[in-house]
Amino acid sequence: MKIMVTVKQVPDTSGKVAVNPDGTLNRASMQTIINPDDMNAVEAALAMKDELGCKVVAFTMGPPPAEGMLRELMAMGVDEGVLVTAREFGGSDTYATSQILAAAIDTYGVEADDIILAGRQAIDGDTAQVGPQIAEKLHLPQVSYAGEIKKDGNTLTIKRMLEDGYMTIKVSAPCVITCVKELNTPRYMNIRGILDAYQKPMTVMTYETLKDHALIDKNMIGLEGSPTNILTSFTPPQKGVGVMLDGDGKETTDKLAGILAGKHII
Amino acid sequence: MDFNLSREHLLVRKMMAEFTENEVKPIAAETDRTCQYPRENIEKLFNLGVMGMCVPREYGGAGADPLASAIAIEELSKQCASTGDIVATHNGLCCDPILTHGTEEQKAKYLPMLTTGHKVGAFALTEPNAGSDASKGQTEARLEGDHYVMNGSKVFITNGYVADVFVVFAMTDKTKGTKGISAFIVESSFPGFSVGKHEDKMGLHGSPTAEIVFQDCIVPKENLLGREGKGFSIAMQTLDGGRIGIAAQALGIAEGALAEAINYTKGRAQFGKPISKFQNTQFVLADMEMGCEAGRLLTYQAAMMKQQGQRYTKAAAMAKLFCSEHAMQTTTKALQMFGGYGYTKDYPMERMMRDAKITEIYEGTSEVQRIVISANMGL
Repeated sequence: MKIMVTVKQVPDTSGKVAVNPDGTLNRASMQTIINPDDMNAVEAALAMKDELGCKVVAFTMGPPPAEGMLRELMAMGVDEGVLVTAREFGGSDTYATSQILAAAIDTYGVEADDIILAGRQAIDGDTAQVGPQIAEKLHLPQVSYAGEIKKDGNTLTIKRMLEDGYMTIKVSAPCVITCVKELNTPRYMNIRGILDAYQKPMTVMTYETLKDHALIDKNMIGLEGSPTNILTSFTPPQKGVGVMLDGDGKETTDKLAGILAGKHII
Repeated sequence: MDFNLSREHLLVRKMMAEFTENEVKPIAAETDRTCQYPRENIEKLFNLGVMGMCVPREYGGAGADPLASAIAIEELSKQCASTGDIVATHNGLCCDPILTHGTEEQKAKYLPMLTTGHKVGAFALTEPNAGSDASKGQTEARLEGDHYVMNGSKVFITNGYVADVFVVFAMTDKTKGTKGISAFIVESSFPGFSVGKHEDKMGLHGSPTAEIVFQDCIVPKENLLGREGKGFSIAMQTLDGGRIGIAAQALGIAEGALAEAINYTKGRAQFGKPISKFQNTQFVLADMEMGCEAGRLLTYQAAMMKQQGQRYTKAAAMAKLFCSEHAMQTTTKALQMFGGYGYTKDYPMERMMRDAKITEIYEGTSEVQRIVISANMGL
């Protein structure tokens, strides 16, 4: 049994977001972090590893510096990393990305008792599509929004966190599960893990590695092949800090009128 | 020459910065106010392999180098110098001498306790009448059959009332001066060991400082650390390494104060603009930044020299002296920038200033550091 986790480097939204002329994010100019929901998926995998002793492999698609993120995950306890990187993959939308990641996971090998975990969604696109699309392309059952995962043999009981309640369902491995932040609190890296991280195996899958896979069609990957077309991207103007007015209706109305009068609006 | 940190050191910094931000910063003011030992965080630091991180893996440690330990202490001390102090003492003053001078049996017994066993370590040299002149200690250990009988007391012992394992220095032959001092590994559970007065300190309120007392304390013969009469040498050697930890702690305090000062002066407007825009403020901040950079280079250099097996006595003394004086200057000037607010407990500056002061005093005062440096200049 092994657990495969898909992870993504995303811009640190606490910093400034920069956009390229073609509408894509200028990732090179921004600080990056590991997508928060993906950290919950990694933690879920490591918790199962602690209990069952299984192997955990992290997959990411991104530029070569994304290796640093995989090493950080190894410092937390992930056993192996797979970096999927090629110019041909650049600018892929969720459809193309899931195509490529599914090909990478399939190339690595999915066995009967394996579990694939992903974060619910990435904070840069907020689409929540890549995890479910990977499941579809690998013809695996999927359970999204997992807020609790219990494993008994090859059966997983998962509590799905939905907007208006929750749903408990059972699924058999191999399957794909997307994780929400309520699932757990991600652990820190640890000193031993850090010192071991750069000695752990790292597989690099390029276009050459994956080009003959049935899921890879050169016309359906990268910026050109992605069905999604971004017409424009922009940073919305920041709103000023709001002011809450306390008091009853008359009092707050008087305060508001006073503020507007002070600004010569009325 | 490469001044860049390794990939692993950068990850240690990142990990410790995250831990400090999430776990240490939120309780730092409360820890200071209530004088509570941050037990939960120390337990977490054991779990993360920070406590005893330089101990080799065969004894339960992570096998990290002194630079990684310095970075960890530096990051913790940016928000809580007490936590940095507890780690520095455990790693540098207890694990290190046992690792360096212990027999195989001592290492196999005590180092796993101090790492995976979550037992806290301490170092006991100072006595009421033997501070900077450590050779004048009165604590005595007399060999009687298969054990030593220890009598005396030690003061200002960091981790004093929480530690389980102490490296203690006592006279085994009073006629021989410093050559009559021996080192011992003493457990707090040994008969005749007790904790005396808890110190009520100006700062470092989360760091548990106490007097420890030996009254016919029975110390097994096999707990002699190194050979009889080698204690003073072991103490001085241990303090060389410990000073790297205090340099890192002081550096962290200064860096933390500088970050607070930058943040505050950018947000505080007087005379129509943020006070960070006044050249007077900028020049002071520039000096603080320069001092932190210099202190970092001195500290990391001393840690690298220790790792490489070079003689680092002078380097460690210079790092400790420079960083502690810079921490005191930086916290004092940063507090001034906060004006009246800095003098209140609503902001961390007064705590940082109180915490900084001890770094000029313990593990060798600034004056002792100057003695050590000048003694290594061929004068």
